[in-house]
Amino acid sequence: MKLAYSDKEIAFQEEVRSFFTSNLPAETMDAVRSGSELTKQMMVDYHALLAKKGWLASTWPVEFGGPGWTPVERHIFEEESCRCYAPRIVPFGLAMLGPVLHKFGTKKQQDEILPRIISGEDWWCQGYSEPGAGSDLASLKTSAVRDGDDYIINGQKTWTTLGQHANKIFCLVRTKTDGKPQAGISFILVDLDTPGIEMRPIRLIEGGHEVNEVFFTDVRVPVENRVGEENLGWTIAKYLLTHERTNIAGVGFSMQALEEIKALARKVQRNGKPQIEDPLFAARIAQVEIDLEAMKITNLRMLFKAQKQNGPGPETSILKIKGTLIGQELKDLARRVLGPSAAPFPGAITDGNLALAPADAANNAARYFNNRKTSIFGGSNEIQRNILTKTMLEL
Amino acid sequence: MNFDLTDDRRMLADTLTRYLSDKYSAEHRTKVAYDAPYHDPEKWAELVELGILFALAPEDAGGFGGSGFDISVVFEALGRANCPEPVLPALLAARLLVSADENLESLLSGKKHYAAALGEIDAPYDLSGIQTTGTATDSGHSLSGRKSAVYGGQVADIFLVAAKLDSKLALFEVQASDAQIETYGMVDGGGAAELLLDNTPARLVMADAGTALQDAMNAGALAVCAEAVGLMDVTHDATIDYMKMRKQFGRAIGSFQVLQHRAVDMLTEIEQARSIVIKAASELDGESAARYASMAKNLVGRAARLNSEEAIQMHGGIAMTWEYPVSHYAKRLIMIDHQFGDTDFHLTRIMNDL
Repeated sequence: MKLAYSDKEIAFQEEVRSFFTSNLPAETMDAVRSGSELTKQMMVDYHALLAKKGWLASTWPVEFGGPGWTPVERHIFEEESCRCYAPRIVPFGLAMLGPVLHKFGTKKQQDEILPRIISGEDWWCQGYSEPGAGSDLASLKTSAVRDGDDYIINGQKTWTTLGQHANKIFCLVRTKTDGKPQAGISFILVDLDTPGIEMRPIRLIEGGHEVNEVFFTDVRVPVENRVGEENLGWTIAKYLLTHERTNIAGVGFSMQALEEIKALARKVQRNGKPQIEDPLFAARIAQVEIDLEAMKITNLRMLFKAQKQNGPGPETSILKIKGTLIGQELKDLARRVLGPSAAPFPGAITDGNLALAPADAANNAARYFNNRKTSIFGGSNEIQRNILTKTMLEL
Repeated sequence: MNFDLTDDRRMLADTLTRYLSDKYSAEHRTKVAYDAPYHDPEKWAELVELGILFALAPEDAGGFGGSGFDISVVFEALGRANCPEPVLPALLAARLLVSADENLESLLSGKKHYAAALGEIDAPYDLSGIQTTGTATDSGHSLSGRKSAVYGGQVADIFLVAAKLDSKLALFEVQASDAQIETYGMVDGGGAAELLLDNTPARLVMADAGTALQDAMNAGALAVCAEAVGLMDVTHDATIDYMKMRKQFGRAIGSFQVLQHRAVDMLTEIEQARSIVIKAASELDGESAARYASMAKNLVGRAARLNSEEAIQMHGGIAMTWEYPVSHYAKRLIMIDHQFGDTDFHLTRIMNDL
């Protein structure tokens, strides 16, 4: 049992830190720090920066262009990118479609698609949820009907994150209507320029444009765009969701958030004393700090296990549940510590001299509301509990 | 980074677990834990023979362990069996004697039972509140005061006593034969004693023992936290088995989602508890030992209460009975919060450190 990083890992940590310190544009860092919406250009530039360094496809095997990092090195990268206020890597091509193609894609699909993800030529988005298929994803209705060498797709996808920037979408579609719902789903890749597709923005609770709905009307897609066998898409869907969950503990983000709350609570005055001296507030900070300290180890333990087993197991659902609960508690404290200074709508006060809260905290209320999504998306926390019930408790 | 146990520790864990599951059944435990001397002297001798005490002290003190992970391995195994043998007092004594550079032979060989008399009724967790006082005499020192809830005190030959001497916290040795001792069994099994000192002769072991006493408290906290992890694993497994077997409304109660999700939350907290115990074990001999011991004790206290209460609730009436082993596990899980500082005490420590 050895918790400390090895010398090699410490050297890597320093390399990552100094890379970010010298290469990350200040305005991107500020946007991340304040929780403002990142522009498409910021994200594209960030991907290009990492791609040039060979660090973008961090979870990919070396033969597909990955850096060959161990899970621990990936964790270090995540931790450091949070510490340095680097953006999150847009996950849809890199963390989701990539691993799916490595496992289920044809050689041709791998050769054509994977390099374009790394180069940034393609921006992928995800077509999973539908208005009538959220947690019960297998009940999805968007249909793909064979017509010669094409499928004709009709239906609607929703909650498509950053779809407004994308040129491609991977979708779960129904290719069979009789039998078990899970046994009639296929995984298909669609060019968003194809006639018959319309994308509309959904404005979220805090006012931001992050997600979209996508309408398909007689959209013609070549059969060769299907990944894996027809009607076996559910296996792929589940595989992808397991990968989506591996980074979902958000330990790095939470560590950063905790430090920011403490710093604010030392500055903000209540009853003539710093807020951090209020025992009820301090007790909540202390408790979440303890939970987070344990979460760091839980996360590393599961990474270590994944490293030994060659892939994440069902216990990653524990990371999702507990990680999001910790993150949401922190977002609640970060909002609350500001008192009424958290109230202005993001960007409503344009004169910096009149700002109620420091620039990097002014959006804390909006971030709190936005963050409620984390216990809903990627398989809601209740679905994670169902998964654990089946896999770990075998009930 | 490596989360595997070393081969030596794995062997130690396997040996202890096998011995306890073969020789220390739940029925046997219930039989010995609640009547004087509140443990089984024969089984104690066998555990000593297996080397359990040597695992608690470092090599240069005559043992073969003594690190945080040795302690957590031993106590997790004890927890799985809900074993009431007085290993905890031996651990506390070993830490104190090592700090004082004393000979551990009679402790590690099992020749003598030691107990550490640290807490008092009005200062159960906080060393700075200790009132028992030492005075220099012609032949050495004497002690006056009352030490309370001294674990293992019901069988101790020798007490290591924390007491004030001048303005410092010192460590004394008191022979059981010289003191007034009130022994009793505990609500969750095992035994303890009140140590009543009235100008009782004592040998000064360490004049400035504040650091050594805090180290013993940290090790004790780690030990009962690891014990709780073992207790929780068994309790949770028993609860899941029961949910599969028990039928109501014509189906297994494990098919009800309201219970399934609560059982998952129990599991999540057990994993968190396991993690913080690993962290506290790795830090036990470092500068931040007290901080991580506090974190562990707070988190484990919460997880233990959740698992105890939920196990009883999901079992329904059966876990309310004396006969069913889970009830004794559930009691131990709750009463661990009363040792070495409860969840609130340790939360306050982390708050003061923000």
